[in-house]
Amino acid sequence: MSPGRSVFAFATMVAAINAVSAHAETIQITMDKMVFSPIEVSASVGDTIAWVNNDILAHTATAQNGDWDVAIAAKNTVSLVLKKAGTIEYYCRYHPNMKGRIVIVPK
Amino acid sequence: MFVRLSAAMAAVCLLGGGAFAQGSAKPTDPQIAHIAYTAGVIDVAAAKQALARSKNKDVRAFAEDMVRDHEAVNKQALALVKKLNVTPEDNDTSRSLTRQASEKKVELSKLSGAAFDQAYVANEVAYHKAVNGALETLLIPSASNAELKSLLQTGLKVFQGHEQHAEHVAAALK
Repeated sequence: MSPGRSVFAFATMVAAINAVSAHAETIQITMDKMVFSPIEVSASVGDTIAWVNNDILAHTATAQNGDWDVAIAAKNTVSLVLKKAGTIEYYCRYHPNMKGRIVIVPK
Repeated sequence: MFVRLSAAMAAVCLLGGGAFAQGSAKPTDPQIAHIAYTAGVIDVAAAKQALARSKNKDVRAFAEDMVRDHEAVNKQALALVKKLNVTPEDNDTSRSLTRQASEKKVELSKLSGAAFDQAYVANEVAYHKAVNGALETLLIPSASNAELKSLLQTGLKVFQGHEQHAEHVAAALK
């Protein structure tokens, strides 16, 4: 590959990374002492939700509408990319008192 | 039966009221660790009995939650006593908890179907109420080690959730 082409390839790669990072965010929700925090977050389609379980117990983040069911082991983090717009109410199947909400707007 | 336990604990508190000030009736950390661990083991055993006997989806899901959570809390408790180099010490409260749990197990083993489900869940409500009451009024205030106190506080939070969950399951069974 000529030096010119490799610079072009690199520039394309940087542009691609910038395009992704400019539009998609990672939103962190912690699970601590049986509470989702923050309880409500706003996100856009394509954003990633990262649930950080600080508890000594396993939890789930389960959408009421059945869209997703994420299991998060104790002291673990699990991520999910949001694919559809809408307001999703979710809860922990193991501890139904734990509830949260994600408001997802179109990209 | 666990109403009796909480009554017994309340009686202990009342009788020991004067002694509490001097600290002689207060359970020690090794005793508190033993009581808390025993209470967890009892609930895991009760849940395993429910998983062996119940066919109700909600009751089974609740029982699975009890096994998962109480085993997780007890695993932390064991790690903590090891770290603190504390040997849990058997005591009257642990012994009466275990005795009453055995009696309840026999009682529940004579039931099946909806009768078993209702009796198991009703006992879970009462049991968590009694244990949570003891944690709040006796065990947490008596714990001297900060890490033990903190684990008991986490446990209380978890078990309060269990109490409410059990109440929901009980209401749905009626």
